[in-house]
Order: sequence, then structure tokens, then C-alpha cells
Amino acid sequence: MGDYFGCCCGAYIYAGVDLSRRLYGLRAWLWQRLSAVFLALCLLVFLLYMSFNSPSSYQQWLDWVSNPVVNVIAVLFFFALILHAWIGLRDVVIDYVHSDAMRLGVLSLIGLFLLANLAWVARVLFRVMV
Amino acid sequence: MPVNAVMSIGHRLAGVMLFLAIPVAIYILELSLQDSEGYQQVQALFDGLLFRAIFILILWFLAHHFLAGIRYLLIDVEVGVEPAAARKSAWWVIISAVVAVLIFTQVLI
Repeated sequence: MGDYFGCCCGAYIYAGVDLSRRLYGLRAWLWQRLSAVFLALCLLVFLLYMSFNSPSSYQQWLDWVSNPVVNVIAVLFFFALILHAWIGLRDVVIDYVHSDAMRLGVLSLIGLFLLANLAWVARVLFRVMV
Repeated sequence: MPVNAVMSIGHRLAGVMLFLAIPVAIYILELSLQDSEGYQQVQALFDGLLFRAIFILILWFLAHHFLAGIRYLLIDVEVGVEPAAARKSAWWVIISAVVAVLIFTQVLI
């Protein structure tokens, strides 16, 4: 307990923290890349929208976000963002925080913070649909 | 410090800063969708000098994180692994991120 083993490609297997058991090592590494590609594509589309077809009124903006396709992709975007942030922050914490108790504490706080953000943004996006 | 290290630390630092920006982004999204008054408040927010400066800073973090991420993805599929190529692409990431932000600030703001 408490030691971690360097794994291929900068991902780590860490045996001491329950929070990370379901998503560690190669699997986390893969999810980090899959979410990165999805986030990058979404950001490019959003950038194009904002550059060439930016909303000129509240109604236009609301209509765009309430479009079912945009809305579903936005929910998926934030889900991918939270997942990506979780894996990334966890790697950072594992690199710099070395005591087990501190790691568990910091990771719990980050996890709760991210889940709260996900619930918040889901509520914001669902509300425009009803 | 080698340029790869600067780019790599920048990627990590930018990632942590972007993590901190998540609730700010959600707050702005919520406000912009609330009603037309909230929408105007968001527009007014972007007119403020301090907010604009922070926004440009976050855009820079995003551009750097984005481009460095693409570089890592390419290295994962074994493009640009050789030291010379990796150094060159690290420079490319650092400079392009700054250029991208300069372009964004002209187009978006």
C-alpha cells in the first residue's frame, strides 16, 4: 500500500487510493486521449461558430444551445471535460503529494468539486430544453 | 532548461489553470442562458478590462494545452519522436500558442 509503480507512457498504477481503482494505468491513459480528441473537435466547432456565426441576440444564443444536437453534444463535452480534468489532476496530485492521507484528502476534494461542477452544468443545459 | 521541459511544464500548469477556470466558464454559461438581461451582463463582462485580460490569459493556457496535447498525441503514434524533431515541435507549440491567442483576440473580442 502507498507506493506507486511507473507504468508505460506516463500513466501510473497506484494501489493506495480507492478513488482511482476503477480508472488507472493504461485505461486512464486511453480515456485521457479519447476525451482529448473529442474536446479538441468540440472546441474547434465552437470556435468556428463564434468566429463566423456568432449569436447577435439572446434569442439566437438560446436557440443554438437548445438545439437538441448542440445540447446533447454540450452535455457530452462537459462530461468529457470533467473526466479529462479528473485524470489529469490525479496524475498531478500523485506526482507531487506523497503522503497517503494527503493524497486521499486532496483527491477527494478534487473529485467532489468536479462532480459538483458536472451536476451544475448538466442542470444549466437541461433547463434550456424544458 | 530544455525547450521540451518548458513546453511540458507549461502543458501541466495550463491544465491546472484550466481546471480552475471550469466553474467560471459554467457560471458565464449559466448567466448567458438565464434571460436577456443575463446575456447582456455577460457581454458587459467581456467589455471590462480586467475580465478581458484574464480571458486572454485563459485563452493562452487553452491554446498551449491544446497544441501541446496534439504534439503528445502525435508522439503517441510515433510521429516526431526523434530528439531534434521533438525539440522543433516544442518550439512550434510555444510560438503557435501565442500566435493563436493574438489571432483569437482579433477575431473574437
